[in-house]
Amino acid sequence: MQTHKAKRVVITIEAIMQRRLTDTIEAAGVTGYSILPVLGGSGRSGAWSRDGQISRAAGMVQVVCIIKPERLDGLLEAAFEVVDKHIGVVTISDVEVLRAERF
Amino acid sequence: MADILNLAASNLLSPVILSFVLGLGAALGRSDLTVPEAAAKAMSIYLLFAIGFKGGVAVSDNGLDGTLIATLVAGLVLSAVLPLIAFALLRVLTNLSRIDAAAVAGHYGSISIVTFVAASSVLEGRAISSEGYMVAVAAVMEAPAILSALWLVSAGGSGRGMDKELIREIMFNGSIVLLVGAFFIGAITGQDGLAKISNFIVAPFTGVLCLFLLDMGLVAGRGLREARGVLNFGAIAFGIAMPLVGSVAGLLAGLLVGLSPGGVALLMVLSASASYIAVPAAMRVALPEANPSVYLTLSLGVTFPFNLTIGIPLYVAVSQAITGG
Repeated sequence: MQTHKAKRVVITIEAIMQRRLTDTIEAAGVTGYSILPVLGGSGRSGAWSRDGQISRAAGMVQVVCIIKPERLDGLLEAAFEVVDKHIGVVTISDVEVLRAERF
Repeated sequence: MADILNLAASNLLSPVILSFVLGLGAALGRSDLTVPEAAAKAMSIYLLFAIGFKGGVAVSDNGLDGTLIATLVAGLVLSAVLPLIAFALLRVLTNLSRIDAAAVAGHYGSISIVTFVAASSVLEGRAISSEGYMVAVAAVMEAPAILSALWLVSAGGSGRGMDKELIREIMFNGSIVLLVGAFFIGAITGQDGLAKISNFIVAPFTGVLCLFLLDMGLVAGRGLREARGVLNFGAIAFGIAMPLVGSVAGLLAGLLVGLSPGGVALLMVLSASASYIAVPAAMRVALPEANPSVYLTLSLGVTFPFNLTIGIPLYVAVSQAITGG
């Protein structure tokens, strides 16, 4: 099966910032992404769990984008504007996809 | 003084406050008791709708008077000024940075609607009437404190503003829309409207509030457990002293405006309570450098349980003693 190289960018960010992030990356031309709920975790700001949150806005989400390698810099610059000062993690990994025209 | 304490002790023994204590104890004892998130959300929608509606009906019964405008202005001023007092107190009692102290201060100017609902229910249980429009006062007290907190940071040299999106989120946050919307529905439809839905919004209200506060007790108990690691003695002292300071400011404002004993008690509760939903969300957007575990733990883990268990009974008792109601 023919596969194609792509980049997978995963941004874990506070739920309250989700719309600001997706609006920014859409403006940078990245219109395809998935949003996943995060159940809990632990990091520099301490441990947390969704059970202990008083409202969903206090939790975190993951925004996952799979893009062509040449669009990576544009996406990261746009995302950095939003995530710079906020709690969160940005990771980039190499992936292979079928049907390259979809990304 | 003994009278006030006796009155406070009898106010404490209501099913509503004891349900909260049960949740608090269960969380501190690490019980596996939980209320599903969706059930808690549904109960909060019910409570906000019911309290807003009943407030609106009370206004339609009694009509509007001059004290309404004066009380709304008093609410706005209290919400804007209390963060300045909180900030000064924090600088004395704790070693928090300017940004952390400003973020915490913002929470204490704003309000906790759950504390307000619990206090309304305690007043109803004791047959103490209050002005129906106190619901609207609660709504206007939510936002000004956020502006004061951002001003406190700007005054320290780092300019802060709010983007349009944040202002929209604050003004149209779900609880405010529901509370104010239900208030207007109640005011428009009056007693006829209430008669149609009273089986749903009046009779089950206290029972639902008990279950909701059981859940809030669980959430606050978890917050209180975290407080040990996050807050030092000075911060915890602030979390207990500030509601008392706020309640005195609310008492003076209520007396100045000429509210009823119930109204004075509710303004004391609003001034004493600290936000743990709207303001934390706004602070995460506007002041991301401020440490959320400090302000959330203080408002939810220290001040909220203090107000529900000791504060409300005390404020109601003081209001009754001073106004003679």
